[in-house]
Amino acid sequence: MLSEAAKTGAATVRVALPFHLRNLAHVEGDVALEVAAPVTIRAVLDALEARYPMLRGTIREYETGNRRAFLRFFACEEDWSLESPDKLLPDAVASGREPLLILGAIAGG
Amino acid sequence: MSGVRVLVGTHKGAFVLNSDGKRKNWTVSGPFFAGWEIYHMKGSPVDPDRIYVSQTSGWFGQLIQRSDDGGKTWHQPGLPNEAIPAPGPPAALPNRFVYDASPETGKPLTTHQWYDGTQHPWEFKRVWHIEPSLTDAEIVYAGVEDAALFRSTDGGEKWQELSGLRGHGTGSKWQPGAGGLGLHTILLDPTDPKRIYIAISAAGAFRTNDGGATWKPINKGLRSQYIPDPNAEIGHCVHHVAMHRSRPDVLFMQKHWDVMRTDDAGENWREVSGNLPTDFGFAIDVHAHEPETLYVVPIKSDSEHYPLDGKLRVYRSRTGGNEWEPLAKGLPEKDCYVNVLRDAMAVDTLDDCGIYFGTTGGQVYASSDSGDSWDPIVRDLPAVLSVEVQTLS
Repeated sequence: MLSEAAKTGAATVRVALPFHLRNLAHVEGDVALEVAAPVTIRAVLDALEARYPMLRGTIREYETGNRRAFLRFFACEEDWSLESPDKLLPDAVASGREPLLILGAIAGG
Repeated sequence: MSGVRVLVGTHKGAFVLNSDGKRKNWTVSGPFFAGWEIYHMKGSPVDPDRIYVSQTSGWFGQLIQRSDDGGKTWHQPGLPNEAIPAPGPPAALPNRFVYDASPETGKPLTTHQWYDGTQHPWEFKRVWHIEPSLTDAEIVYAGVEDAALFRSTDGGEKWQELSGLRGHGTGSKWQPGAGGLGLHTILLDPTDPKRIYIAISAAGAFRTNDGGATWKPINKGLRSQYIPDPNAEIGHCVHHVAMHRSRPDVLFMQKHWDVMRTDDAGENWREVSGNLPTDFGFAIDVHAHEPETLYVVPIKSDSEHYPLDGKLRVYRSRTGGNEWEPLAKGLPEKDCYVNVLRDAMAVDTLDDCGIYFGTTGGQVYASSDSGDSWDPIVRDLPAVLSVEVQTLS
């Protein structure tokens, strides 16, 4: 069930960045972003990169706009890495109750 | 009072080592960019406070960082150095290295040779080497993997490929070395701003005489056991090349195996391995004041990347090669199994000349007497990928 905020208007979305990208963006904890609807991964990343331009190229490839190979996206405990970037995110993420997680793959080692 | 600043790129961050001209007492700053691979960092000869850094990650890609205050603070060129930039669309495209395939200036070259001999798409991976201009602090060159040469004329914000190199004719035959298809050496001729030498693993050495528009392979005289054709124009695994700024026609090369020398700007090479106990290695450099004095760190073999018999030795030739002497005072006598990578040796310009090198074991060794004796500046850094030295007045 999608909220109206996810389909229209604007929402405050939380993004949890991995350690190195938090350092790069000079932030601590989750990032809160105003994201214009429809709230999709593409819309969230567009807003993230507009506010933190130092992250451009670190999450999505410059040329293709594709997710970098060793990063993963999670929403509401589900792997969204291979979903269309234009698919509407779950209401809990679109409304800011749950963060969109961006993780580095292959932890440890 | 003179001083020395040693810029150390490691597998897990950057470090800046400072000393006065006596080179006895050192301070260690860092890690900067902790946890990231710092392939290379180098200061501008024009403005020593300007330092460029290649910061890279398999997860997050390539970043360029810059300091304008001698390493105290850093920022990505083109981006404000504060947490929240002004509202509006981003003005900069930081860290954007795009191969030039445009019909106007680029080359329609899309593949190179892969390890198995098949063709493979050209894919940008990282910046291996940064070379600031000798005359303009805003101009800087970057050697990248997959091999290409880029130039920035605005302090590292925007990068343009000098596509005449990849497109000069042999590019589709270039094959990666074990570490990748990296352009790792950039030598700028101090007497001729249009002449540049570069080297690529495992394509070989190349020279431009026109500022990067056209390029020529300069590998005549190199012999590589895995290349059946003794006159092969390309395909040689050049590990590093060094030059003394007073004699830009003379180059010294540490090839995969063999230490080589040319006296005619690369037109012809001859072997000067001489009495080296093994002529495999990565690093090579030239004394700041003696253009016939050079240094290498012999490594056992291409299968065993560590010193012979567990003894770390720098070898010095005062005769431009062929006659070598081991330099051991202060270096490990036993149980040493580190490597010294291609960009991990540098010299200062003080009198007596200082020689510096870093190891994959995290040590940075310094000699303040042209190599006669050595002391570790620091022992326990992450694996050292690169060492550069700035002599400060």
